[in-house]
Order: sequence, then structure tokens, then C-alpha cells
Amino acid sequence: MKNHLRNSFLMLSAFTLICGVAYPLLVTGIASVVAPSQRNGSMIVRNGAVVGSALIGQTWTSERYFRGRPSAVGNQPLPSGGTNRTVASKAFRKDVSVLRDSLALLNDVEGASIPSDLVMASASGIDPHISPQAARVQVARVMKARGLATSRSAEVEQAIVASTDQPLLGIFGMERVNVLRLNLAMDALRP
Amino acid sequence: MDLTQLIPIGVFLLLIVVLSPLLGTYIARLLGGEGADEMDWKQYLGAILTFNAVGFGFLMCLLMCQQYLPLNPDGAKGLDLALAFNIAVSFVTNTNWQSYAGETTLSQFSQMVGLGTQNFLSAATGIAVLVAVTRGLSRSTGASLGNAWRDMSRIVLGILLPLSLLFAVIFVSEGMVQSFDSARQITTVEGLQQTVPAGPAASQIAIKQLGTNGGGYFNANSAHPLENPTPLTNLLSTLALILIPGALCFTYGIMTNQRRHGLALFVTMIVLLTIGIGTSLWSENVSAAAIGETALMEGKETRIGVAESVLWSTTTTAASNGSVNAMHSSLSPAAGGVAMLNMMLGEIVFGGVGSGLYGMILFVILTVFLTGLMVGRTPEYLGKRIDAVDMRWAIVAIIAPSASMLIGSALSLTTDVGRSSMLHSGAHGVSEVLYAWASAAGNNGSAFAGLNANTTFYNIGIGIAMLIGRYAVIIPVVIIAGRMVSRIRMKESAGTFPTHSPLFVLLLIGTILIVGALTFFPVLLMGPLVEQVQLMQGGF
Repeated sequence: MKNHLRNSFLMLSAFTLICGVAYPLLVTGIASVVAPSQRNGSMIVRNGAVVGSALIGQTWTSERYFRGRPSAVGNQPLPSGGTNRTVASKAFRKDVSVLRDSLALLNDVEGASIPSDLVMASASGIDPHISPQAARVQVARVMKARGLATSRSAEVEQAIVASTDQPLLGIFGMERVNVLRLNLAMDALRP
Repeated sequence: MDLTQLIPIGVFLLLIVVLSPLLGTYIARLLGGEGADEMDWKQYLGAILTFNAVGFGFLMCLLMCQQYLPLNPDGAKGLDLALAFNIAVSFVTNTNWQSYAGETTLSQFSQMVGLGTQNFLSAATGIAVLVAVTRGLSRSTGASLGNAWRDMSRIVLGILLPLSLLFAVIFVSEGMVQSFDSARQITTVEGLQQTVPAGPAASQIAIKQLGTNGGGYFNANSAHPLENPTPLTNLLSTLALILIPGALCFTYGIMTNQRRHGLALFVTMIVLLTIGIGTSLWSENVSAAAIGETALMEGKETRIGVAESVLWSTTTTAASNGSVNAMHSSLSPAAGGVAMLNMMLGEIVFGGVGSGLYGMILFVILTVFLTGLMVGRTPEYLGKRIDAVDMRWAIVAIIAPSASMLIGSALSLTTDVGRSSMLHSGAHGVSEVLYAWASAAGNNGSAFAGLNANTTFYNIGIGIAMLIGRYAVIIPVVIIAGRMVSRIRMKESAGTFPTHSPLFVLLLIGTILIVGALTFFPVLLMGPLVEQVQLMQGGF
């Protein structure tokens, strides 16, 4: 028993140093060489100022910007999380339908064309992406708010494509549009 | 159900089938053979329990005085006794249940030095116990089960650390954070303030996934874009959920010199997992159609999508990992029910590293005992006779976790202090409570996060359930191994029931499902099944 106690303290001290200190420091060291931007949160800089992380969704209220997914935490990541609501209740269905109607009105499109990701809250509350369909239903409204002529829709389509990531090997994950990158691309279009 | 949903699931299963035997062979080589200073079962068990107790004490002290320790840039405060007890039990028992939000409750020092270390050591404990049990069943002379200190050191240094390092470097390249800065205040494009969290996350997430730990660095766990940023990290994280548990089936086959039996156990697990994934995916699709949506995206991330969310929800609960990449409370009710059933079956479908397989071995012993009774032969396993005392210990290990799940749920649902934490009433409320206790006693750690579990009642109660779920299995299984190690191996004869045939796999699956169904079917009816019917009929 005394032996077990002594060995336990020795093992715990040794492995706390190896697994709890040396290992994370080693990963940090390697990361600072191979992934300096990623390890610090993939920040996006515009005109010398950080405007956000490419991996953290933001709140968009202006009609000039594409909107992201509904968030249980108002896109404030401390702490992150979803609504944890059941999808089986009438109340859930009603809230989804109210949001869909208001988005249909805002974008002047049919409610049925608005995909689920735009009316249901994400798991993290800070999902940086929307589906391509969710971007396309907002195009006309964003262009109108920016005073862009319909003849320039090819440029907007180009911005969407440039902000879209494809599934890994065409198999894993979903095709998705990064909302922050898309909105920055819209700001970069000539008026 | 369209093909684009089935392809990633099929390729994932294929990858596991290919990778498991490779890793399993390596682990058998690493841990095989006899060494000096071997221990009998009492010494081995004593070493494991003492080591876990010391780890628990150290972690609890560290959490309660984190405000006096370094690496606390965001000013996390010391934790109260109930929460510190809960977290320390949770991480030492490889459960990693979290009733708190990591990014706002813990300092980087607590996460890295405290929890990070136990992520490795609780996983090593599980594998070491399995290896000791394996030696008990494969040797036929002496009384020794190996040396616990040597086994745990080899497991950490030879398996867990190298794999974690590899995964962590890929993870951070894909966008997981790994720094010692404080959370960063930024101004968004529309001029709002936003706090972007930081911390040594990637290194911890790698071992969290590989060691069936599951405790997230951030509250949203692997749904958080900084904890699971791309489809590649999602694929690797999902593979890591069951990579080592799958490999250990093959290690077991090699070390007992019964490779086909090891394969049969692996097949049993894959079959049960695939049934669960299929049911969950079907449930998501019919539920979405029933409420007139193309996909149930509530509580799911755009980059991950529905198919890989339920692939994860089923796999993480089958393995006792418990990390999530979607919010399980917002899954369609039957998919949430599959997650619960996985935990209720005793975390033996892959299960925790080591613990899943030694749990499965208990069910194998029960199965050969039942078949022995049916044909009127003395039951034997791997050529060793099983006696009444062995069976008694096996039954204790199978029943103790189930009993704590049901008693805990009943206590919560019948007291005001239990009910006041529920976010929903009705069937979903039952599910919230049931899920919490199943997760604790199954040492899983995932949650129907609607339940506010950070109360003294739940912190203490769930802490006790986690202890029972871990040690009421470890102690009996090591005792059984200690009793069986010196028993003479009998020659195979025409009357020996083969433990590698398809018939054996069917009987084993039958035993697992019958025990699970008899214990939990009534309460599953009141929770997820009723709710699924309510959903199909227009909602409650």
C-alpha cells in the first residue's frame, strides 16, 4: 500500500509534466511554425484592423449584408452553445415559421425557398457558415440595398463562389458559404 | 435517405475496419510478453485504485484554488466543493461530464495541467485494466496479471502521446486554437464588440477524442468552430472516437491467441453501431419531412450537416466518448433515443478505451453461461471453466451501472430539486433527466444540455453515479481475471461452444439487447418514443 502511494505520486508528477506541460507546449511550438494564423483564431484583417475570425459567426442587421444563422447566444462566444430546444414541440414549429415569414418578407422571396439552416439555430451559436441556397435567397435584397444594378449579379455570384468551401474529397462535410468573407467581398465591390 | 448521406458513413466504417487491425497489432506487440515485478490481481487493482484516488485528490485541489495558480489570463475563480468534486470524478473516471462551460469557468492551467493530464491517465487506466483482464484469461499458470505501472507508462508513451501529437498538429493546421493568450476583444464589421476565445485547445482536443474522454475545451464541444473547424477535423475526430476501442478487439484476439474471437467481438460492435446509425439517420429524415423541412438543422452546424452529425451522435455514445458535434437535445427524438440506448447498454459497443471491451467480455461471459445452461454443459470461456462466483461478480458489474441510471432518474423526476433543473416538461423533460444519468453511469459524459446540471443535487448525485459506473465494473472484472488466471485450460472438444462463429455473434447481440431492453424499455417509452410519436402527430 505504501509502495502504491509512493508510485502513484511519482507517476502522477511525471505524467503531469509530460502530458500536462511538455505535450501542450510542444504542440504550441510546432503550431507557431506551421500554423501561426490558425492557432490564433484565424483572424481576418481589413485595412490594418482585425474585423473578426473567419471561424466565428457575427451578427448582421444591415440590409446591405448577408445574414448568418440564428444564434442562441447572440453570436457572443462566451460561452458558446445552442438552444437545446426539442424539435417536436408546436412552439418550435411556430417560431421557425414566424422567422421564415419575416425572412421571406425581407428578401421578397417565397417562404418555401428559404432553407432550414437560415431559420434554425446552430449548435455552437457562432456558426460562421450558411448553405449556398441560404446565400442565394438573399442576393436580390442585398443588391437592392447596395444600389447595385441587376446587370451586376454575376459579380455577386462570383463573390459567393469565392466564399464557398466544398466538401472534403466531395464526400465529407457540406458545401458552405463563409458569411464574413462574403460580406467583406461585397464591401470590396465598386459601388 | 439519399446517397450523399450514406457515402460518408460508408467510407467512415470502411476506414475503421481497415485501421483497427493495424493499430491493434501494434498495441499487442507493445503490451505483450511477461516482465519483471508482475503483480497479482490484488496488487494490480490496488495500484490502479490508489493511482486514481491520488489523481482525484490532486485535481480537486487544483480546481478549488485555480485563482492562485498561473496561466489564468481571463481571471477564472476557484470552484466550490460540489462542482470541483463533480469535475474531478468526471475526468478521473474517463467520463468527462461537464456541468460547467469551459471557456468561462476554468483557467488555462486547470484545463491543460489538470484536465489534460487526466485525459491521458484515465484512458491509460482503462486500457491497463483491459490488458490485465486479457492476461488473466490467456495465461494458465501463476497468479500475475502484469505490472500496472509499466502497463500505464507504455500505454501513455507508446500509444496515446504519439497519436495525440499527430492529431493535434493536423487539428491546429485546420484552425483549432493553440495559444496562451487571453480571449481577444474585437470589433465586428457592423461595429459590435465580440470576444474571440483562445487557449491551448488543439492539444487537449486530440486526446479528448482519442482517449474516449469527450470533455470539450469550449462549451459547444466539437460543434464549436474553433474546436472542430473543417470537414477534415470532423472526419479525424469521428475516427478517433472508436479507433483505439476498435483496435483493442484485435489486440485482445492476438494476446489470447484467439484472433477469430477478437474479430467476432469487433463484428458484434460494428453491427450494433451500424444499426444505431441507420436508425438515427432514418429518424432525422422522417422527422424533418413530418414538420415540412428539408433538414433538421436546429442544433447542427452548416459545415457538418445532418448525416455526419448523427454519425457522430451515435458513435460518441456507443464509444463512451461523449463529445458532441451537434446538440443532442435538438436531435429528432428517436435519434436522441438511440444515443441513450447506446449508453444504457453499458458502453460496450466500442465503449471507452479498454472499458468498452472489458464490459463486452462480461456480456460474453454471460452469453457463454446462458448457452452452457441451454445445452447442459459446464460453461467455459477461452477453455477456462466459469463458476458461480465468477457469474455473481459479472452480474454485479452489469447491474450496478443500470441500477444507478434508473434510481438516479427516478429520484430526479420525483423531487422538486431534481425537476427544477429541467428546461422542458413532458416527454422531453424525462429524456433530459434520463440522458444525464445514463451518461454519468455509462461514463459517457455527453448531455441533453437543456438540463441545468450545475446544482449541488446533480453535481453530487451524478458524481456518485460516475464512480459506480467506473469502479463497480473495474473491481469485479479484475477479481474475475484474478480468479481465472491460474485455472487450467481445457482442450477444445466437440462439445465446446465456439466463440467466433456467426451464431455466437447473434447470441451475443441477443443477450446485449435483451438485457438492455428489459431494463430500459419502459423508461425509453416514456421519453424518446412518446416524443417521436408526438412529433409525427403534429407536435405537443
